[in-house]
Amino acid sequence: MSTTTLPAPVHKMPREDYLNATYGLRSWLLTTDHKRIALLYLGSVTVFFFIGGLFATMIRIHLLTPTGFLVTPETYNKLFTMHGVAMIFFFLIPSIPAVLGNFLIPLMIGAKDLAFPKLNLLSWYIYLVGGCFVLYSFGTGGLDTGWTFYTPLSSVYSNSAVTPAVIGIFINGFSSILTGLNFIVTIHTMRAPGMTWFRLPLFVWAHYATSLVMVLGTPVIAITLLLVGLERMFHLGFFNPALGGDPILFQHLFWFYSHPAVYIMILPAMGVVSEIIPTFARKPIFGYSFIAGSSIAIAVIGFLVWAHHMFVTGESTYAALTFSFLSYVVAIPSAVKVFNWTSTLYKGSISWDTPMIYAFGFIGLFLIGGLTGLFLACLGLDIHIHDTYFVVAHFHYIMVGGAVMGYMGGLHFWWPKITGRLYPESLARTAAITLFVGFNLTFFPQFILGYMGMPRRYHTYPPEFQVLNVLSTAGASILALGYLLPMIYFTWSMRYGTVAGQNPWPATGLEWKTASPPPTENFDVTPQVTWEPYDFKDRPDLGLGPGTPLPAPAHGDD
Amino acid sequence: MHRTGELYGHFETLEQQKETAALGMWVFLVTEVLFFGGLFLIYTINRHAFSTAFGAGSNTLDLKLGGGNTVVLILSSLTMAMAVWSAQVGKKQLVSLFLIATLGLGTIFLGVKVIEYKQKFDHHLIPGSSFDIRYHSEHSGPNDDPKEIAAEKEELEKAFAADPDINAHAQLYFSLYFGMTGLHAMHMIVGAGLLLWLIKGSFAGRYTPQYNTPVEIVGLYWHFVDIVWIYLFPLLYLIDRHQ
Repeated sequence: MSTTTLPAPVHKMPREDYLNATYGLRSWLLTTDHKRIALLYLGSVTVFFFIGGLFATMIRIHLLTPTGFLVTPETYNKLFTMHGVAMIFFFLIPSIPAVLGNFLIPLMIGAKDLAFPKLNLLSWYIYLVGGCFVLYSFGTGGLDTGWTFYTPLSSVYSNSAVTPAVIGIFINGFSSILTGLNFIVTIHTMRAPGMTWFRLPLFVWAHYATSLVMVLGTPVIAITLLLVGLERMFHLGFFNPALGGDPILFQHLFWFYSHPAVYIMILPAMGVVSEIIPTFARKPIFGYSFIAGSSIAIAVIGFLVWAHHMFVTGESTYAALTFSFLSYVVAIPSAVKVFNWTSTLYKGSISWDTPMIYAFGFIGLFLIGGLTGLFLACLGLDIHIHDTYFVVAHFHYIMVGGAVMGYMGGLHFWWPKITGRLYPESLARTAAITLFVGFNLTFFPQFILGYMGMPRRYHTYPPEFQVLNVLSTAGASILALGYLLPMIYFTWSMRYGTVAGQNPWPATGLEWKTASPPPTENFDVTPQVTWEPYDFKDRPDLGLGPGTPLPAPAHGDD
Repeated sequence: MHRTGELYGHFETLEQQKETAALGMWVFLVTEVLFFGGLFLIYTINRHAFSTAFGAGSNTLDLKLGGGNTVVLILSSLTMAMAVWSAQVGKKQLVSLFLIATLGLGTIFLGVKVIEYKQKFDHHLIPGSSFDIRYHSEHSGPNDDPKEIAAEKEELEKAFAADPDINAHAQLYFSLYFGMTGLHAMHMIVGAGLLLWLIKGSFAGRYTPQYNTPVEIVGLYWHFVDIVWIYLFPLLYLIDRHQ
């Protein structure tokens, strides 16, 4: 099927937008504009991404040889711990909500800002303070307890800088809680006239579900890590068996948050995919209400499965059966989404823009990651693969192959809205494919390694595992290239990219009905919503009569 | 965001602003329930596992001070609710009066807590190397009733027989006692700060029937802090006393 490609229209940057409305460092550091705060977060999470990536690089280099040559065993423990802490608490959990959610939610619902703009800024400062404590911990002896902080290693025996780290994560938790609170209230009370719940973009539904988890789960880890810190400082005994305490109690409290936390990391990425697929398939999404409902279902059921991380702790058979069963149940709403995205593609008019490549990557890699989660949820099988590289591969498929791809796809999709410029499309496509190849080369061998018995968190391994480890490290170097390229061309595009115009793709959300970049108050006139979401046919507001197909998307420098 | 009068620029109406503020405070209180909830869970599990030691711990708490504090806090919730009502009916002077009364009662509560904490310190009940649950019964002062001391000694003998590790387990009790009441007290101090801010606003005549949102939402917070104490008091002071 051929489409007549119209000559790319030439756009001009709007005269005044949120980026140039006010100047100077103070106007950025004391801003209450959700769009500027999103960019502040973009800077900080990127810094932590690179810090976590640095630790990952050292791990992979160390694992090139079976006996390990780069670092001592104690340092190796610190590397995987700090990699986990930096990536989970300071990159993955904030990334999509604090960057894309902050920027887009008011735009998508037709509001001028979030419900509590000053709290939003406070969230960012709290994040920074927490980050400083954790960086202080990293710099003064590091952390060797694993990101899971199991007691009594973390509360009694570890000689690393545990106390500043748990204080930092405790403080950072409030950043998460306040962001979630802000989103929940905003979505309830700040929707434009006509923007009913079932006209909301699925990105907003995804963030609503994520915010429920943030708000209910994060306080539990806050109090748990606070108690670990207190135990360490004052020799209290909650989790120390020598003083009558119970280390398994710690694990229950820890995982009660940390399992829902993984849904905090994946739900927003699913929301991004739900926006990208209809746009680049030129079709309304299939099963809107099921996707919306499945986000809420994942959030709720996700609170009921935590002890699947504890199958080998001696929990009762009946408890293990229950948690295993519920872990299978929680996969169902995720599967509903994958089916619905795939059904959206059927008979769609598919274009292979970079966001779509990331969305496809997400679907495939999340599928593998999610299915291997079912392997782990199977009690008999888990005895064999628990605490091996199988688990490591499983969660990296979801968190990197899923969440990070969703984040990258979202950054590319909304980059024109955020900056007013298009990124270079061929280079971006190349980077996306590089990322996909590098990712699979890094993590697929780890499934095999884990199944063959290589334990996780070990600094050495039997020599017969070397080939797979070397493949994994090689893949990691390609992955790194895949992340570096966007850093370069995104920065380049901010000055030299083609001006994007209001709606380059074109897409159907409310955020595309205002200028790129938007003015500070988002909309010149509060929109009145009279259309259904993802409606690519009846769009008079896009200048289309009923049934007129949308023109092909405008590209930058092809 | 700019403000015209009391209306912030990103809201369409004062009604929307008020609804938003109230929902925000309710969601925040839900997070506080989960936050305290972790401690309550740990307390419950440990109380079940070490009921003898926890009973001995509860015995050392002064029921008069704790009970008195409970009455004080409930009264403060009453005065807080009256402050909200006064704002809603436009009696501006009463608003200030009731807010000051709430602050006063809260301060009494905190003062009594200081007295209780000092008592724990004097009786060697702070978790640590000098913790000794028998200290008070073995080093009674001239003000103590000898019959009460003897009864206490006898109960502790029985407790030690039932649980030889009672000092270690009682330290768990006191860790939780200080943790939970300490966290609660910190929340009250924040509440006191908020009340001071409200009192300042009430002197400026800021709270009217058309706009009294800050009083209402600080009221919600204050009632929550009260409810936490209403759970803490029976759990810490009343269970298994004089078993």
